[in-house]
Amino acid sequence: MNSQLELHEVQVKYDKVEAVRDVSLTLEHGQIGCLLGPSGCGKTTLLRAIAGFEKISRGTINLGGRLISSPQFTLPPERRRVGMVFQDFALFPHLNIERNIAFGLGNNDGEEKRARVAEMLDLVDLTPWAKSFPHELSGGQQQRVALARAMAPQPGILLLDEPFSNLDSELREQLAGEVRDILKHNAITAILVTHDQHEAFAMADHITLLKKGSIAQSDTPYNLYHNPSNAFVAEFIGQGSIITVTVDEHGALGNGLGLLDKGYSHWSAGQTLHLLVRPDDIEYDPHSSLQLSVTGKTFRGAHYLYQLQLEDGQTIPCLTPSHIDVMVGAHLPVKFNFQHVVVFDSAAV
Amino acid sequence: MEITPRGTVFSWRAALVLGAGLISIPVWVILASLTQPFGDIWQHLLDTVFRDYVVNSLILMVGVGVGTLVLGVSGAWLTSMCDFPGRKIFDWALLLPMAIPAYIIAYTYTGLLDFTGPLQSTLRETFAWGVGDYWFPQIRSLGGAITMLSLVLYPYVYLLVRVAFMEQSTAVLEASRSLGKSPWQTLFQVALPLARPAIAAGVSLALMESLADYGTVDYFGVSTFTTGIFRTWYGLGDLRTAAQLSSFLLLFVFLLIGLERWSRRRMRYHHHAAQNPPSRITLTGWRAAACFAFAFSIVFFAFLLPAAQLLLWALQNWQANFNAAFFTLVTNSFLLAAVAAVVCLLAALFLAYGKRLHPGKIEEAAVRVSSMGYALPGTVVAVGVLIPFAWFDNTLDAWLRDSFDVSSGLLLSGTLIALVFAYLVRFLSVSLQTVESGLLKIRPAIDESARSLGLTPASVLGKIHIPMLHGSLLTALLLVFVDVLKELPTTLILRPFNFNTLAVRTYELASDERLADAALPALAIVLIGLLPVILMTRTIGREPLMDEIRDNELALQ
Repeated sequence: MNSQLELHEVQVKYDKVEAVRDVSLTLEHGQIGCLLGPSGCGKTTLLRAIAGFEKISRGTINLGGRLISSPQFTLPPERRRVGMVFQDFALFPHLNIERNIAFGLGNNDGEEKRARVAEMLDLVDLTPWAKSFPHELSGGQQQRVALARAMAPQPGILLLDEPFSNLDSELREQLAGEVRDILKHNAITAILVTHDQHEAFAMADHITLLKKGSIAQSDTPYNLYHNPSNAFVAEFIGQGSIITVTVDEHGALGNGLGLLDKGYSHWSAGQTLHLLVRPDDIEYDPHSSLQLSVTGKTFRGAHYLYQLQLEDGQTIPCLTPSHIDVMVGAHLPVKFNFQHVVVFDSAAV
Repeated sequence: MEITPRGTVFSWRAALVLGAGLISIPVWVILASLTQPFGDIWQHLLDTVFRDYVVNSLILMVGVGVGTLVLGVSGAWLTSMCDFPGRKIFDWALLLPMAIPAYIIAYTYTGLLDFTGPLQSTLRETFAWGVGDYWFPQIRSLGGAITMLSLVLYPYVYLLVRVAFMEQSTAVLEASRSLGKSPWQTLFQVALPLARPAIAAGVSLALMESLADYGTVDYFGVSTFTTGIFRTWYGLGDLRTAAQLSSFLLLFVFLLIGLERWSRRRMRYHHHAAQNPPSRITLTGWRAAACFAFAFSIVFFAFLLPAAQLLLWALQNWQANFNAAFFTLVTNSFLLAAVAAVVCLLAALFLAYGKRLHPGKIEEAAVRVSSMGYALPGTVVAVGVLIPFAWFDNTLDAWLRDSFDVSSGLLLSGTLIALVFAYLVRFLSVSLQTVESGLLKIRPAIDESARSLGLTPASVLGKIHIPMLHGSLLTALLLVFVDVLKELPTTLILRPFNFNTLAVRTYELASDERLADAALPALAIVLIGLLPVILMTRTIGREPLMDEIRDNELALQ
C-alpha cells in the first residue's frame, strides 16, 4: 500500500537559490507530520510546494499514490484535494462563517452540503456563530473556522502553516492539543509547519527538522530530543550546552566530569569529544563534594535554571527546585547523571 | 496643558470658520434657492424638458457606471493579477485617457465618425454607398456621450481597484485555490467581492464627473441637468430657476457621495496588508494575445487614436492657427491657472495648518465644509458664485448711488476675481487633500522635538515643514493648475467678456464645427493634462508606493 504523502528528493529553486534541497519524506495515512526549523530554513516553501503554489525543480511529490508534482508537471492547487490552514487564517471577510466553511464544497446547494457544514461547525464548536462574520470572532475562533473550512471538502492531506502564531502564547499549546485531537479523531493526515518546538511536540507524530533547506533530522519527537544526530539538532531542540572535553589516558573525560565508561571504551586517550549537556543531566546533591561556581541564574517559578562554571571556564546548565536558592558567585553542590548524555565526535559539530 | 494663549486659539478658530463660510457660500446659495418661490418658468420646464433632464441624467449615470466598471475592473485585473507581454507598459498606459477632457474626446470622435469624417467617407467610397444606403451609429447621441465619458473616466475605477487587488492578501486567494476553485472562479467569488468597496468608490467618482460634464452632452445635444442649468441662465436669463435646477442636481451628487462614503467605511473590514505581491497568473499563447489585444484596444480607443487625430489636425492647420492669438490664449490660460493654483495652495495651507495647530471639532468641520466643492459640478459652482457676487455689486452700487450719487457698476461680477473665486471653491479640496496627506507624514513628534529645541511655530514651518512638504506643495500646485486649464463650464459662464482660454476657445471652435481648428488648443490641453498622469504613473510603477495613492484617495474622505 502506498503512503499518503511521499516526497522524493525534492528540490525547490528561486532563480538560482536552492530554497529546499534533497528532501525525502513519507507520511502514512492518519499521521501528523511537522516541518520544524528556524525562519528561512525552507519549511514554508516546502509546504507551498506540496500545496501546489510552488513548482519543484527536482524530485517528485505523490499524494495518495498519485503524482502531483515533478519538474515537468505541477497539478494546479485546486485539483490536488489539499486543505490548507494559513498563518493569518485567510478567512473570506465578505462571507459569513457558514459560507466560509461551505466555500470548498462545490456550488450546488444540496442537503448533503448543508449537513457537512453543520457537522464541521459542530466539530469546531462554533454552531452559534454560523451567521457571524470573521471580524466578529476572536483569534482562536477564527483559527477554528480556518480549520473547519480546510477540512470540510475532506482533503487528502491538511497543511497547516504556522497555524498558532497569531494567537496568544497561553492559548497555543492548548489549541495545538485540541487540534491534534480533532485530526486524530477524524484520521486526517496532516503536516504542520512551525518554528516552535513546543507546538511541534504537542501536535506531531513525526518531526522533520530542516536546516538551510535540507533535512537535519527526521524522527519522532522523543528521538529528536534524546538522540539528536548532530549539534544543530541538539541546540535547536530543548535547552543545553555543548561542551568540549578531552579523554585522558585512563579513558576518562577531563574537566573533572569523571569517568564516563560504559559502552564508550573505544575512545582513545587524547581524543576530543563534544557533549550535549541538558539541564536535567546535572542534579543538585547537597552531599556531593563537587561544587561548581554559579555564574548566572533564572527564576522559572517551580525551578531555578542555574549556569554553572566548569574548571576550564565552560558553562553547563542545571535545573533545581526553586527552594534551592544560591547566590551568583557562590558554589552549588551537584552530581552528574550522564546516562542520557549525547556524545558527538568532532565531525558532527 | 495650555501652550498657546487662549486668544490665539480663538482667533485661529474664528479665521477658519470665516474662511470656510466664505468658501462654502455658493453651496448655501444654491441650497437656499429651494426656499424661494418657484417661478413661472418651472411650469414650462416641467411641461417640456425637465423629464428629459432627469431621465437622460439617469441613463447617462447607469451607462457610464457600467462602462467604467467593465473597463476599469478588467484593466485592473489584467495588470495586477496576470502577466502577459506588455503588461508593465499597460500598468501606466491605462491611465493615459485621464489626460483627455471628455469634451475633447467627444469632438475628436465626432470628427472621425461623422458623415463627412474619414471612416464613413472611406466606407462610401469602398462600397459605392450613397446617403442613407447604410446604417451607421450616430455618435452625437446619448449612447455616444456614454461611450465618450466611459473612455476617459474608467481610470478612476482602474486606479482604485488596482490598489485593492494589489493589497488583497495573497493567502486569501490561495485559500480559494486550495479549496478547489480555479483562477477564474477565484476572481468572481473572492477577488471581486473583496474589491467591491473600491469598485463602488471608483464608480461613484466617475459618476460624479459624468454628472458634472457639460461639454460632451452639450455638443451631442443631449439634455441633462448641466445643459439645462446653462440654458436656463444663458437662454432664459433666469438665475433663480438655474439655482433651483442646480439644487436638484446636487441631490444626485449627495446621493453619490453617500454611496462613496458608505463603501469606504466598509473597506475597513476588507483591508489586508499584502505580505508579498500576489503571484501573477502567467498567460501564454492565445490567452496572452487576447489580453494584449484587449488592453491595447482600451488604450488605443481611449487615448492613442484621439490623440493621433488631434495631432494630425493640428499639424494640417498649424500655419493658420499657430499665431499671436494662440499665444494670447496660452498666456491667458496659464496665468489664470497659475493664479488659481497659488490661491488654492495658500487657502489649503491656511486651513490645514489651522487644523493641525489647534485640532478640534469646529476646526475639523471648517476644513470639511471648505472642501465640499469637489463634488459640485462646474455649472453649479458658477451659478452659486454669480448670485452672491451680483447681489453684492447691485447692493453696493445702489448704496453708493443713494448716498453719494456715484455708480460703482459691476465691481466683481464678470471679472477674473469671480472666476478665481469659483476655481477656489471647486478645486480647493484637490490642494487641501495633497497638503493634508503630506502633513500627515510629518509626525507630531517631529514638531514637538523642534519646539523643544527652541523653534517657534513659525520657524517650525520654515525650517521643518516646508522643506519636508515641498514635494506635496508642488503636486498641489500642479494638480490645480491642470484642473483649471481643463475646466470648461465654470469658465464659460463666469469669464470676463472677450476673455478666452484654451478650453473656451476649443469649445467655441468645435461648436462652430471647426474641429480641425479646435485641435491645436485641444492638443495643448491634452499635453498639459499628461503632467499629473506622468506623476501618477511614476508612483504606480513602484508597487509598494500604492499605499501613497491610497492615502491620497483616503484623504478625500
